[in-house]
Amino acid sequence: MTANKLKELKDRALKVREHIIRLSTDGGSFTGASLSCADLIVFLYSGFLNISKEKLNDPDRDFLLLSKGHDVPALYGMFVELGWMEKSRLDNHLKASDHIYWHPNRNIPGIEFHSGSLGHLPAVSLGIAMDCRIRGGQNRVIVITGDGELDEGSVWETLHVASAYKMNNFTLVVDRNHFQANMRTEDLIPLEPLEDKFKAFGCEVRRINGHDFEQLEETFFQLPFSNHKPSVIIADTMRGKGLPSIQERADRWFCNFTNDEVDSLLKELHGENETILTSETLIVR
Amino acid sequence: MNYQELIKQTALADDRFVVMTAENRAVIRDLPAVLGHRFIDTGITEQTMIGMAAGLALRGRIPVCHALATFLIYRAYEFVRTDVGIAHLPVKLSSWIAGFLSDGNGPTHQAIEDVALMRGIPGMTVFCPADEQDMLAMLPEIWASPHPAYVRLNIRPSVIKHEPFKTGKAETISEGKDVTLLVYGMLFEQAFKAKEILEEQGLEVGLVNLRSLKPVDEETILKVAANSKLLVTIEDHFLTGGLYSIIAEIFLKNRTTANVLPFALNERWFRPGLLSEVLNYEGFTGPQIAAKISATLKEQNGVAAKPALLTANN
Repeated sequence: MTANKLKELKDRALKVREHIIRLSTDGGSFTGASLSCADLIVFLYSGFLNISKEKLNDPDRDFLLLSKGHDVPALYGMFVELGWMEKSRLDNHLKASDHIYWHPNRNIPGIEFHSGSLGHLPAVSLGIAMDCRIRGGQNRVIVITGDGELDEGSVWETLHVASAYKMNNFTLVVDRNHFQANMRTEDLIPLEPLEDKFKAFGCEVRRINGHDFEQLEETFFQLPFSNHKPSVIIADTMRGKGLPSIQERADRWFCNFTNDEVDSLLKELHGENETILTSETLIVR
Repeated sequence: MNYQELIKQTALADDRFVVMTAENRAVIRDLPAVLGHRFIDTGITEQTMIGMAAGLALRGRIPVCHALATFLIYRAYEFVRTDVGIAHLPVKLSSWIAGFLSDGNGPTHQAIEDVALMRGIPGMTVFCPADEQDMLAMLPEIWASPHPAYVRLNIRPSVIKHEPFKTGKAETISEGKDVTLLVYGMLFEQAFKAKEILEEQGLEVGLVNLRSLKPVDEETILKVAANSKLLVTIEDHFLTGGLYSIIAEIFLKNRTTANVLPFALNERWFRPGLLSEVLNYEGFTGPQIAAKISATLKEQNGVAAKPALLTANN
């Protein structure tokens, strides 16, 4: 990766994180989970995926589905940076007159499918991958799941089927931020050794640092990892990445910051002092 | 013509069709060789099958999904509701052995709340053919529609020749001022027998094969309610949420009522056994239905509309 490209991606990721922070007030957002997958989403839409707003009807394009739908602020932030969505539209967050709320809605151009109920989009993505195969297309279908989401049996059921059908155009990416809603995954339903589990389900697995653009590039451009297996990428990430004041804090799952906190967090994102947070913690949504 | 032949011809004529099953191949056994990649058996994974069907439908396919009724729509209910329902995708659900057709399987396999659950999903259409010929008359229009659809498959032999099908229209076999039997699905045969017995007793008996439970033929139901002394609903379904509930909703909406004798399963599963045993034990054979109607008519003796009789079938 050239130094220019790396800088471009990092700058973009900062912009996307700014959007996420701004979406975390006046009703709030799932900030931490959005921040953890921000780099992943920035990488995928910055030259890897064959998708553009103009090409949504192109039969040869790629597909990205967000199964952990509560991180949709990262996607909307990216859509703004790509020019797919007016920045001002983010002001409609949680207004019933628009479709921008805590989970994705496919009325927003670029959103492939709604999600919010965990464990669904691996199967929906596999259906899309199956359609691509029937057509004889070279499309790549990528689904991002959370790590807590892996508690859902339907994820594993779908991997079983994807393996049986040798779906090499299907890739499942785990945003392994090590937290589920209230606590560390390993303190509730331990997931490790995760690579072994995916391998046992017939997948070809890579594990990388999900915040390292060079690793992301190196790994994603190797897809498919096998010609007769589905691919899995475990992207180790950090919940709340970029904001030390909420990073890896179990009580900062859903965040509804005050306007002052937002201002301070935007500075914190750019390297200034940690924010003293006074807004409510452990908000249940 | 049978179900497999119909789906084969449909899929061969239109490559949008994909035949899926969660390892229930009862009526589609010969299709893998014919359809190639467009036959997808996901194994015993109803949730994955429905999720995949949504993905396929999103890309313009028309998936027809097969599994035993209870697993197809109960195990995968949230997938049907969330992936098919919210997106309003043309996924076609072909349920096997719904209602009494699960005969000896026991309550795990008794889909007797399927109509209630499916009609509760916005945009979902619900169909229950009386027999194989009725089903074959209904399916082409159901599959051609842009809406999601739930169909109780039924390959039992026909007792009459059915009319052509139109979504939302019931088939009126006869009209009768004494009593009208409203029925759907495999109990049509028993309702038909009951009608013959009652006619031998000199009664004028109406018989309506509902076919389409959602949308339902409100006009026909209101018409027979106004023209008969007694309405009888006959269904292999819980009393809650099925035909009895549907007509109650229609009456309330239209500020009317009727004398209604429901044959349904009231707050309980049915006793498993061979189908003939089940029908007899549960009181759903033609003669049993006729006898209860006769008794009700005598008791009612021309009394005008009064609250529905909730105690039937116990």
